[in-house]
Amino acid sequence: MSSNSFAYNEQSGGGEATELGQEATSTISPSGAFGLFSSDMKKNEDLKQMLESNKDSAKLDAMKRIVGMIAKGKNASELFPAVVKNVASKNIEIKKLVYVYLVRYAEEQQDLALLSISTFQRALKDPNQLIRASALRVLSSIRVPIIVPIMMLAIKEASADLSPYVRKNAAHAIQKLYSLDPEQKEMLIEIIEKLLKDKSTLVAGSVVMAFEEVCPDRIDLIHKNYRKLCNLLVDVEEWGQVVIIHMLTRYARTQFVSPWKEGDGLEDNEKDFYDSDEEQKEKADKRKRPYTMDPDHRLLIRNTKPLLQSRNAAVVMAVAQLYWHIAPKSEAGIISKSLVRLLRSNREVQYIVLQNIATMSIQRKGMFEPYLKSFYVRSTDPTMIKILKLEILTNLANEANISTLLREFQTYVKSQDKQFAAATIQTIGRCATSITEVSDTCLNGLVCLLSNRDEIVVAESVVVIKKLLQMQPIQHGEIIKHMAKLLDSITVPVARASILWLIGENCERVPKIAPDVLRKTAKSFTSEDDLVKLQILNLGAKLYLTNSKQTKLLTQYILNLGKYDQNYDIRDRTRFIRQLIVPNEKSGALSKYAKKIFLAQKPAPLLESPFKDRDHFQLGTLSHTLNTKATGYLELSNWPEVAPDPSVRNVEVIELAKEWTPAGKAKKENPDEKFYSESEEEEDSSESSSDSESASGSESGEDEEEDHSGDSGEDSGESGSESEAGKGRAAKHAKARGKGDSKDVDKEKENSKSSESSSGESSSIEESSSDSESESESESESESRTITKVSTPVFVPGKTHVLLHRMSGKGLAAHYFFPRQPCIFGDKMVSVQITLNNTTDQKIENIHVGGKKLPMGMQMHVFNPIESLEPAGSITVSVGIDFCDSTQTASFQLCTKDDCFSVNIQPPVGELLLPVAMSEKDFKKEQGMLSGMNETSTTIIAAPQNFASSVILQKVVNVANVGVVPSGQDNVHRFAAKTVHSGSLMLVTVELKEGSTAQLIINTEKTVIGSVLLRELKPVLSQG
Amino acid sequence: MPGVEVTTQRLCRATLRGPWLAAGIVALHPMSEKHWKSVVSQSVCDYFFEAQEKAADVENVPPVISTPHHYLISIYRDKLFFVSVIQTEVPPLFVIEFLHRVADTFQDYFGECSEAAIKDNVVIVYELLEEMLDNGFPLATESNILKELIKPPTILRSVVNSITGSSNVGDTLPTGQLSNIPWRRAGVKYTNNEAYFDVVEEIDAIIDKSGSTVFAEIQGVIDACIKLSGMPDLSLSFMNPRLLDDVSFHPCIRFKRWESERVLSFIPPDGNFRLISYRVSSQNLVAIPVYVKHSISFKENSSCGRFDITIGPKQNMGKTIEAITVTVHMPKVVLNMNLTPTQGSYTFDPVTKVLTWDVGKITPQKLPSLKGLVNLQSGAPKPEENPSLNIQFKIQQLAISGLKVNRLDMYGEKYKPFKGVKYVTKAGKFQVRT
Repeated sequence: MSSNSFAYNEQSGGGEATELGQEATSTISPSGAFGLFSSDMKKNEDLKQMLESNKDSAKLDAMKRIVGMIAKGKNASELFPAVVKNVASKNIEIKKLVYVYLVRYAEEQQDLALLSISTFQRALKDPNQLIRASALRVLSSIRVPIIVPIMMLAIKEASADLSPYVRKNAAHAIQKLYSLDPEQKEMLIEIIEKLLKDKSTLVAGSVVMAFEEVCPDRIDLIHKNYRKLCNLLVDVEEWGQVVIIHMLTRYARTQFVSPWKEGDGLEDNEKDFYDSDEEQKEKADKRKRPYTMDPDHRLLIRNTKPLLQSRNAAVVMAVAQLYWHIAPKSEAGIISKSLVRLLRSNREVQYIVLQNIATMSIQRKGMFEPYLKSFYVRSTDPTMIKILKLEILTNLANEANISTLLREFQTYVKSQDKQFAAATIQTIGRCATSITEVSDTCLNGLVCLLSNRDEIVVAESVVVIKKLLQMQPIQHGEIIKHMAKLLDSITVPVARASILWLIGENCERVPKIAPDVLRKTAKSFTSEDDLVKLQILNLGAKLYLTNSKQTKLLTQYILNLGKYDQNYDIRDRTRFIRQLIVPNEKSGALSKYAKKIFLAQKPAPLLESPFKDRDHFQLGTLSHTLNTKATGYLELSNWPEVAPDPSVRNVEVIELAKEWTPAGKAKKENPDEKFYSESEEEEDSSESSSDSESASGSESGEDEEEDHSGDSGEDSGESGSESEAGKGRAAKHAKARGKGDSKDVDKEKENSKSSESSSGESSSIEESSSDSESESESESESESRTITKVSTPVFVPGKTHVLLHRMSGKGLAAHYFFPRQPCIFGDKMVSVQITLNNTTDQKIENIHVGGKKLPMGMQMHVFNPIESLEPAGSITVSVGIDFCDSTQTASFQLCTKDDCFSVNIQPPVGELLLPVAMSEKDFKKEQGMLSGMNETSTTIIAAPQNFASSVILQKVVNVANVGVVPSGQDNVHRFAAKTVHSGSLMLVTVELKEGSTAQLIINTEKTVIGSVLLRELKPVLSQG
Repeated sequence: MPGVEVTTQRLCRATLRGPWLAAGIVALHPMSEKHWKSVVSQSVCDYFFEAQEKAADVENVPPVISTPHHYLISIYRDKLFFVSVIQTEVPPLFVIEFLHRVADTFQDYFGECSEAAIKDNVVIVYELLEEMLDNGFPLATESNILKELIKPPTILRSVVNSITGSSNVGDTLPTGQLSNIPWRRAGVKYTNNEAYFDVVEEIDAIIDKSGSTVFAEIQGVIDACIKLSGMPDLSLSFMNPRLLDDVSFHPCIRFKRWESERVLSFIPPDGNFRLISYRVSSQNLVAIPVYVKHSISFKENSSCGRFDITIGPKQNMGKTIEAITVTVHMPKVVLNMNLTPTQGSYTFDPVTKVLTWDVGKITPQKLPSLKGLVNLQSGAPKPEENPSLNIQFKIQQLAISGLKVNRLDMYGEKYKPFKGVKYVTKAGKFQVRT
């Protein structure tokens, strides 16, 4: 090891390196003994030997040391051949470390790196998704141009991988390949386009990142995915959220018209700010009647709102800038609270957030006024934070709060942090100019500061007073005299220069003092700072013009001094002034105007915020922070005058998707609904109906996955499964609402009815009640393009199951059966009808469901209590149970007025399905996607008569609630369904073979249910 | 300049560069670096050192520095700088937040985020960064996932590994990575199932000279330590949820449920995490639990001044105020202080001019005070402003806002967990101007 460090020393030279090398030895080589024996000649020999040994532990040790070397910035490239051999190691840690090494040095050792490529190509086919993903990661990180085609191929394959994790890595690889070889752009865009359609939340962030990197101008690729991205947003991981929000902000600025009305300025904001959010929204709506916001625009604004609550400062900032740039001004107010919250965070976050607030507070004061005190400065804040806070306080100052602020500023002026004190003085100056009521107070305060003991404070005050006096035409002779006196004591050049300028400018107002000042400064001219010298020259020139009698000689003396000054600026100026003011035969017409030139009325300087001009950068960006355009900054375009065609965002099969939400409709939370029901009414309720949950239960995890794998039928599947995702969320929410309050549901139904009636885009006829009849009608009309479209059950078996026997129920008997209809209580629920019979001779009163003992995740919607059941009477009620796609028993108590009976409902696996109508082509496509692990099959032997089409059909639909897929072949029968809870496809194929055998194949992601179904179907089909 | 040298040696750099964060280094000076994408020359850091030198105080190093070809974004934590090198436009908060996540992860893995810890575990650091960032884009940042990919070092494991040659690296994809609850790992098992919640509230306040409150607000967090088997689904409700004005959530919390019912419903990550942080609505008056009587004066033209402060309890809700410390940044002209505390002990560092008085508990019978003389540099002008006092204190079993947890329910698992809630009130940024 030590030899190695010597080598390093030679390379880098410099004394420090010795120390570094020694440190390296002590820290990273666990077996320091090696160092003692190796000599300069065979450096790293030991490592090579270890790498070639048979023991994994030795190899691992060696790799660790090598990585340690890389980490310390040392050159370990000569070990390349030895390391690369281990790329195929079985030990996963060695493998990973080799990857690390390879990525670091492949660019330097291209030929050798190629040796490892085949290993990666093999690993890309590994059954373990982690290995596939990391192989792709490393392969794409090897920056060797020769392998571009291999990378391209690998990315293409990975982008169609079943595992969303691998697809995510494919999205990352796109950017890497693009930076290695930009020629590949067109091909890569194709892959991006494909991945943008992906439904997985895992992929969304990464692919948008790739989009931003490779083709940010191809906004057309986003259209079709816009709504999906908006809806997925809350569930995407936080880093992806940031990228997507920034991209959507840009998108929105090109696609929607401005929601900012003329005159929708500060005043409005101030007023609105004190109102609660709802009121504010209402108001906003009222005002906006003539302008109607594009529903997609609203969707984005609404779906990002919950993210303001994120723990990730970057996400909060991203949403804040989105609201700032695209939301109606009256609604942007909600971001201030969240931004102020971020100020509790660490100093770096504070710094960035304060910068952005500073920019915002210039334009819309009202937003942050209520939080004025949050910007008060603490003596422990770092200076940069203090100054930013001060900036914001200045921006927020107005007539109402200025007195409080000035009192606060008084404390700041005395701060030990002089830089901050100086900034405060400037701030006071700015307040004085912007709020005329207090300008005198400020000026007096500043004059008091002139007697301050600290020079920096005094100097700053002088500069500010100079600016103030320049702005006010009123005479302030006293102040000028006071300042003239200061000239004796003050040494800061800027301050001296300011005083001199001020005296020169007002020389006629202080006729006695001015020449004297000139006399004094003439004496000290040679020792002054250049800045001061220039002002002395100016003063001399001005006095020469106004009072030449007293000052002619003095001025000439100064001009002579200036003529031989070391600084050429001063020599220059001297020459210029002399020609201008001292009349001689050579001087032209200009000298006549000398007085006008020197003593012209000068425009007052504008005391402005340094953040004034930053607003042309998108907030929250690096460019905004630096106030210069950073490489790769994408300009935010202005709102278009006329919105481009909004229909480009429509996803083709939107109508169909809509058809299928009978139960989902009952809840307006369904994000899918929002597309259609964008309307004023809906906006009012946006508080409660907001945007999908960020944290969803485990079931939803399955959801997401099912979604994307289920629909790789690309565009055709898109909207169908999108609506499913929505449904899932709605159901989740219903769950969250607690155990089914039916009133609630009714109310919601009404709501949704009203919102739907006003829907603009949807052309289909709405029926908010879930009527499977109408559903199937409209389905048959439309070309069957969606795969997950639910059809009516082919057959409803009349079989009932006993829930409660009359003997054990003290006369109350209960039976249940599965009507095979979409459940009206929730779309993840299976609907169950319970028939209650009173077999006693007395009334049974108050029949209701008591305690429920449901396995985890299961939900049940109970029936309304039945007040009484006459003797021999019978009543049928429906309940909905979400079985979570399992055949677990739902236990609950059926109670009467006097008794409680424990009962169970165990669903046959076939009832956990909903039939799906699908074409044969789609079926095959889906089946192709669900091969391998997802396929179970068995062989059935039965008498030929059992294999008649009608018999098979009858048998299958009897067992399971599946839909028949029209088949072109006589010997193959196909059935399709989806699970009720997660909506995973369940594809059943019965393929008749030679003789009396048949192959039964089930393809589904829900392999457990699949195999149970297989077990149940097998005996049924083989029976005679 | 010895001061600067110390800091540069303590410099830890995470250099990430590329389109977004691409290539990167996490490094100790002298170097522990990690590159994504092409390799960045170390010389880029010189710009950083330069800025650091200019800033004099580490706190004042600008988080974003622009250099001719790169942008440097840095954070300062635990006496270490983490620097990332950026090539193109990126939201700076994105990088800052990520760097903090990196530091959190180190803290989590090594127990401390220090120079020594990073040096000792350079390989794990490398492996972690490899998982956390791909081509400049964050990959896995959830601690629960990372711990499944790379096991944290323990003494026992490193002994076992060195003997058996087995590794710290997991070979399957963590289930969390694919599910919709990426924050929780699967197959958690405990013999004792426990769920603890710490409600910690901090009072941020500025008290002016006369003792009146200029600004006060309460910032709270609920930190959880959940050790529950399986997939528990918890819901935590409050007696008075309306108190919470502005809340930020761990991603596990179901936002909907909070919006509609003001109940925190979530499937928790395993182990320690911050459940929510909140701010109590500013309309509520904040009770200030302590008051300070102070008289600090510096005599004109003399080399000494008087210093006298007394602390007393104010609205303390009948609870004892403990762990009081007073920190004062004295003006530069102060040479030394000769003080007598009636209680506790004090120290004065003549280099940094920081006076620290460790008071301890307040007993109302005898209020703690600190009195004495201040020696000033002779000849120097007297400081014009009195220093402000920074006060720290703690009140156990009290949430000053009055927030109370109502109940915790668990669904989804059958066992009965042990539940506990603890309340603490602390001083946050509590400053008394004198």
